[in-house]
Amino acid sequence: MLRYLLNRLISLCLSLVAASLVIFLVIEVIPGDPAAFMLGLNATEANVAALREELGLGGTLPERYWAWVSGMLTGDFGTSYTYRVPVADLILDRLWVSLPLAGYALALSTAIAFPVGLIAASRRGTATDYGIMGGTQLGIAVPNFWFAMLLVLVFAVNLQWFSAGGFPGWADPMAAIKALTLPAIALALPQASILARVMRSALLDTLGQDYIRTARAKGLSRRQAVIRHALRNALIPVLTIIGLQFSFLLAGAIIIENVFFLPGLGRLIFQGITQRDLVVVESVTMLLVFAVILVTFLVDIAYAAADPRLRRK
Amino acid sequence: MIRLPVSLLLGAALSTGFLAAALLSFVWTPHDVENLVIANRLQPAGGEFPLGTDQFGRDLLSMLMVGARTSIAVALVAVGIGITLGVPLGLAAAATRGSLLDEIIMRGNDLIFAFPSLVIAILITAVFGPSALNAILAIGIFNIPVFARVARGGALSLWTLDYVLSARTAGKGKVRISAEHILPNIANLLIVQATIQFSLGILAEAALSYVGLGAQPPTPSWGRMLAEAQTMIYTHPMLAVLPGLAIVLMVLGLNLMGDGLRDVLDPRLRRQGT
Amino acid sequence: MIRIDALSLSIHGLPILRDVSLAIGKGQIFGLVGESGSGKSMTALALMQLLPHGAEVTGRAILDEIDLLTKSEADMCALRGNEIGMIFQEPMTALNPVQTIGDQVAETLLIHDAATRPEARRIARDRLDRVGLSHIGMDRFPHELSGGQRQRVCIAAAIALHPRLLIADEPTTALDVTTQAQILDLLKDLVAEEGMSLLLITHDLAVVSDMADHVAVMQNGEIVEQGPTAQVLGQQNHPYTRALFAASSHQPDRTRMAGRAPLLDVENVSRLYPGPRRGLTRGDPVRAVDGVSFQLHKGESLGLVGESGCGKSTLTRAILGLDPIQGGAIRLFGEPVTPSMRNDLRAGIQVVFQDPYGSFNPRWQVEKLVAEPFHLMAAPPPDRRDRVAEALQSVGLQPADMAKYPHEFSGGQRQRIAIARALITRPRILVLDEAVSALDVRVRAQILDLLADLQSRLHLSYLFISHDLTVIRAITDRVLVMQAGRIVEEGETETVFTAPAHSYTRTLLAAAPRLDIMGRATTNAAM
Repeated sequence: MLRYLLNRLISLCLSLVAASLVIFLVIEVIPGDPAAFMLGLNATEANVAALREELGLGGTLPERYWAWVSGMLTGDFGTSYTYRVPVADLILDRLWVSLPLAGYALALSTAIAFPVGLIAASRRGTATDYGIMGGTQLGIAVPNFWFAMLLVLVFAVNLQWFSAGGFPGWADPMAAIKALTLPAIALALPQASILARVMRSALLDTLGQDYIRTARAKGLSRRQAVIRHALRNALIPVLTIIGLQFSFLLAGAIIIENVFFLPGLGRLIFQGITQRDLVVVESVTMLLVFAVILVTFLVDIAYAAADPRLRRK
Repeated sequence: MIRLPVSLLLGAALSTGFLAAALLSFVWTPHDVENLVIANRLQPAGGEFPLGTDQFGRDLLSMLMVGARTSIAVALVAVGIGITLGVPLGLAAAATRGSLLDEIIMRGNDLIFAFPSLVIAILITAVFGPSALNAILAIGIFNIPVFARVARGGALSLWTLDYVLSARTAGKGKVRISAEHILPNIANLLIVQATIQFSLGILAEAALSYVGLGAQPPTPSWGRMLAEAQTMIYTHPMLAVLPGLAIVLMVLGLNLMGDGLRDVLDPRLRRQGT
Repeated sequence: MIRIDALSLSIHGLPILRDVSLAIGKGQIFGLVGESGSGKSMTALALMQLLPHGAEVTGRAILDEIDLLTKSEADMCALRGNEIGMIFQEPMTALNPVQTIGDQVAETLLIHDAATRPEARRIARDRLDRVGLSHIGMDRFPHELSGGQRQRVCIAAAIALHPRLLIADEPTTALDVTTQAQILDLLKDLVAEEGMSLLLITHDLAVVSDMADHVAVMQNGEIVEQGPTAQVLGQQNHPYTRALFAASSHQPDRTRMAGRAPLLDVENVSRLYPGPRRGLTRGDPVRAVDGVSFQLHKGESLGLVGESGCGKSTLTRAILGLDPIQGGAIRLFGEPVTPSMRNDLRAGIQVVFQDPYGSFNPRWQVEKLVAEPFHLMAAPPPDRRDRVAEALQSVGLQPADMAKYPHEFSGGQRQRIAIARALITRPRILVLDEAVSALDVRVRAQILDLLADLQSRLHLSYLFISHDLTVIRAITDRVLVMQAGRIVEEGETETVFTAPAHSYTRTLLAAAPRLDIMGRATTNAAM
């Protein structure tokens, strides 16, 4: 088990290094001179030189890469060119919107998908099953940001149960959660549809296995066999999908923030792009990629907990 | 007599409907979508404008037709990138299972998986500026590991079969065996995956153009139509409803087709029939 | 004790069982034999009421005055595992991979509310000890156990509540011969000790003749003959019983024609696999084949026998030039065999594999399949189609079969196509890797006849690899016995079988259930 953990940890670190190299390459090497790029066509020589100085572009590429990475390791993400504040502060602020949103959506999607998938699998071939499968097919086809607009139309404009956008901050947690509810529902629906389908097919797969027949021969009822034997085995493929979904949820959150005018990472990064603030773009993408890699690592650990075949002594 | 599943027929009908509309838009649309006639702005549906007009006076039906073109083109090319690069990589990884090459290919795949399409699009846009090409590249790059994994997974189980061993005793090399024995027998898997990735591509293109990272004006695209309609949603909700509905129906059609194809092509199901 | 009356079964309207009647007495072992698809497993599943969807059953199955077929699902749940236990063919997949073996045995007790949790665990330990797993901890997971050990766990779970009837569906088919003997002995002891009845389902007449008091022979969903084992196998009143029996001990007509010239020379060959990964380093390499030497002569039929994992498949792949060797030398017709050997050298040695279903690309027609080895020739022969037709005819198929696809053939016919493909380049050596192991006995007998006939007509040399001693004895002149990567015994087949020199060979021979020519069961003493 320890060896497996160590193995995964090494793989995590290698992925992070590779990902940071890719981001560094795209942002700092491909544009040629990032300072000139950021200032645009009208910049004077002197301005560009000043920015080069400020961004620390003087050194060689390896020196600059090392400065960037070691900075991040100590919590220094550089200073935003447009906001004139440390990027770390900006990110920390925005993280308090994006992360709870993604987590909220993940919780919702899992809470919906598990029972729905279970019901569809245990009533395979019935009208309930067909109804659920049809509904999830539709749920997958709906773009989350459009669904978000419909939610605004119905629940904010017509029914006026929620506000159409904005975020009051965490001073009043109930108000904050309320403001995140419509966005989280919009994010969760397509993911819940996918997860429910995966859950159903994973359960049906395990229900066809020999050990289910053995369990039935021991006197377990169909329901007992599902609960005691099929569920835990079905969890293994479902875990993979949950891990993959996190990265979609994070990306989705960035888009959904635009519908609801939420001050999250998404808004930050789009402002960064329009204002050519490469420092912000570079750090935020690194953070997003870090989150995805970290979740993959956590899923690997969950795997080992769920499947003893991975835990070699 | 083969009985085709209802989902396949319905899905194929929806998909070909959109494809036909997109192709038709090359030669004819009810109105010119690049000609802004402010006098015609925000017309209700019916009469000269079957679905009404937007705030710039453009005909919504024509916009949707040309938008279908953008969506389909982006998704199709992105799937093409995924297949042409991903499948050979997956086949090579499977043929050299456990080797350094396999390891490199699979680690590379994992690395790409850490970059969701949106992040790739953000990176490309930050440096090269937004364009439809961005969307294609971002979605296409993300498709590569998807197809590589499907191809490798399918191929690995085939490499253990006796007919591959027989081919090796017949002196055939790995490349030849991959082409003659492996690829044709994972084609079903790849076709089903292609329809799934196609539909995901449509969704991703819509999302990217919605946030301004995809096709730029004046090229109409469903995602940007939604972005432009957002401010009008209180007064003219249909402007936001119609493009979204187009996306849903197109994606639904492709997914139903994928499901249907899976049923028809699944060799396990077919063997029972013979 | 249990009686089945006129049991008929159809699934989605397709008749599977017709009028099956049998009775099993207390403490009796009842053997149900038949070829695949004869309906023997379905009979057992009907008793358990674990039939697939769409199944319709008529008749009665009476266990102590109660008709099982009229019982509700809830009542059946109370009976299964309690009154009737069952074990299946594939021990590798029969256990839940994410649950400990102790929990899986204890579950039988807990599900029937027969014990508290600590009691159930204590009893589970006791049952595991009884089936010979006293050295295995309760907290082990199935993947840590061998196939034979897993089957013991299944047995422990099935007998945890002392059922009155145990159904064993091909319990040893997936196991090696020595493990099979041990499991069969265990079952026999348990029957005697517990006073339970055993319904033993198998395709193997020898197993039945060893084990059963009573036997029923099944064909196409019907019992064609039943009675006391000695009587049924001794008198063989029904023609099908006779046919099965004859096929099981079939000896093809062959004349010995081994020459002295060595065609294949294997000298001190070793195959190593990289050791298990230990972080960044690897453990010691595994020696799958360890210093093996032998020669195959012209016109000879040489057997290579051993249990699964002994290295015979690895050795075969090396001989075919598919994998590199790490020590020694293989010479074919005097030239070295390597993965990069010349195509015309490869054409001289061809192979037939075990699996009649995985042997062909399902998308190719027979003509293309059989012609594939022409790739080994510099230019395909001009009379390509005639050569394919000729090869098909020589294995008893029609030239018209060229246009068909593999799924249109039965398992035996597929094996004939595989032989035709192997013969198309007119090789001098044919490697037969478990080539008849997946076939029913009657088909197996036909293929063995075909092989004997081809050998004498085409002067072929055979390297016949199998775990099945009966087959090896029937078709080979000389035999090599392989254990743990080494050849432990080599000699004339008859000599090795009648007077084995090595203790491992003796173990193998003693473990193999035998049908004796007189038609009476020969009971092998347990080792």
